[in-house]
Amino acid sequence: MTDKKTKRRDFLFTATYAVGAVGAAAVVWPMIDQMNPDASVKALASTEVDISSMNPGKTITVLWRGKPVFIRRRTQEEIAEAKAVNLNDLKHPEKDEDRAKNPEWLVMLGVCTHLGCVPLDQKGDYNGWFCPCHGSHYDISGRIRKGPAPTNMEIPEYKFVNNNTIKIG
Amino acid sequence: MSDQEYIPKSKFGKWFNDRLPLLTLASHLTDYPTPKNLNYWWTFGGILTFCLITQIVTGLVLAMHYIAHADMAFDSVEHIMRDVNYGWLIRYIHANGASMFFLAVYIHIFRSLFYGSYKSPREVIWIIGIIIYLLMMAAAFLGYVLPWGQMSFWGATVITNLFSAIPLVGEGIVTWLWGGYSVDNPTLTRFFTLHYLIPFLILGLVVLHIWALHVPGNNNPVGIDIKKPSKDTVPFHPYIVIKDGFALLMFMIVFAFFVFYTPNILGHADNYIEANPLVTPAHIVPEWYLLPFYAILRSVPDKLLGVVAMLSAILILAALPWLDTSKIRSAVFRPLYRQFYWILVADVLILGYVGAMPAEGLYLLVARVATAYYFLHFLVVLPILGYREKTLPVPLSITEPVLGGSPNLALAKNKEKLEVK
Repeated sequence: MTDKKTKRRDFLFTATYAVGAVGAAAVVWPMIDQMNPDASVKALASTEVDISSMNPGKTITVLWRGKPVFIRRRTQEEIAEAKAVNLNDLKHPEKDEDRAKNPEWLVMLGVCTHLGCVPLDQKGDYNGWFCPCHGSHYDISGRIRKGPAPTNMEIPEYKFVNNNTIKIG
Repeated sequence: MSDQEYIPKSKFGKWFNDRLPLLTLASHLTDYPTPKNLNYWWTFGGILTFCLITQIVTGLVLAMHYIAHADMAFDSVEHIMRDVNYGWLIRYIHANGASMFFLAVYIHIFRSLFYGSYKSPREVIWIIGIIIYLLMMAAAFLGYVLPWGQMSFWGATVITNLFSAIPLVGEGIVTWLWGGYSVDNPTLTRFFTLHYLIPFLILGLVVLHIWALHVPGNNNPVGIDIKKPSKDTVPFHPYIVIKDGFALLMFMIVFAFFVFYTPNILGHADNYIEANPLVTPAHIVPEWYLLPFYAILRSVPDKLLGVVAMLSAILILAALPWLDTSKIRSAVFRPLYRQFYWILVADVLILGYVGAMPAEGLYLLVARVATAYYFLHFLVVLPILGYREKTLPVPLSITEPVLGGSPNLALAKNKEKLEVK
């Protein structure tokens, strides 16, 4: 066999492997992607909530995308307390203004950022939320203050449709 | 593997065996030379095979009545418990069977640790065993989700969220595992599918585990290499079969006690409340057999490092044959290792205990010390011990210490040659 012939064969092998790999990937991807959220799950991506009957100091929990969302109408003292916090004391520094567009209303995912449990309302060392699973304490702005959770509770996308309705998602 | 060629007696047997040597395999398994000094700690391999078959058979039956749907799963389990003929019995056997399976596997693993069964030439048997253990944990976790109670739902939420600790792609992986934005129906159906699959993967690995075992043969309490077959071995059948059978009966008494007298003692009352995505139970605890690893997870204050520590605690076992530098297998001849072995046993039990307690105050401190010691044992104590420890003299054969024998190497070897003849 000459050198030239060997090279030609090498090229064929490499080309065959390459086509085979692309083919295998084309088959594997649908098998993987079928597990991602399907169209029917994505279609339920927004929820409207009536907040007309909520007094200050009250929290309601609504289900959005299978997860709880806390909506709290905060009292003036709570707003003052949330704003008074020094950002240097925070593990995940975020201003209260950035978390609650309208300071009276705190809308956030009621999911602990540690391992996904639902924190309890008006518990813990910071008058906010307390996660019973592994002991994370959140303040009245939903910011992590103590415990294993790495970040503040997430703020979902939401807007005030009118004075009585919030649309989440 | 078989030392001499097996020839079936009957004409049909010979005809068949020439085409598929099943009879040769059966003969190998019955005649398989086994060390004659195996104690009762060696009977757990057989017990584990029994556990696996029990789980597969009862699981098949449960799958005939169970409905894997978020709206119906909880009710279908209650239907099994109340309406299906003997459904309560089959479900209690399956649920407690998981605990019995882990009880047996922990004894089996700690037997290996004591007698050095993981050492050369048995590393591959050991690693296959660790993979089986990992699959068992996966199967147990997936199965626990299926009744769709509160513990099922929140256990699934917490465990799947472990993957969110992975930087960058973590959140995407969790959504992919869930098939949605939270644990929900798509999660349940895929968990059911995987729970059904894994036992058969385990079954395949058990075949490999036993195959790999039959290449060097069993380790034994003295931990020395023995000649096979010789005065030091007995055929597997009937000697070991009878011994394993007796141990299995004893084990089944314990099993039956749990099934018939305290079927729910190892479970959590919260799991008789249907899953509710809006309320997390006050105190989330995994099943008892996962508690030591749960304690390790919680003892680290950082999310990613906690997950890394928990996984390392399991995976470090796979590296054990190389971390343990001692040439002597059995702890019987390792006075220092023997003490460290029992400290490790105590350490794991302590981790299990604090894993069940709230992660605060003294419990957290104890969990941290015990976690540190766990890693210290494998990464520092074992490698150093192999060089520093003064081991006791090891007998030349299993028979020697019993019959007195000569400590003289040449004489003893001569004697063995005579014995083989």
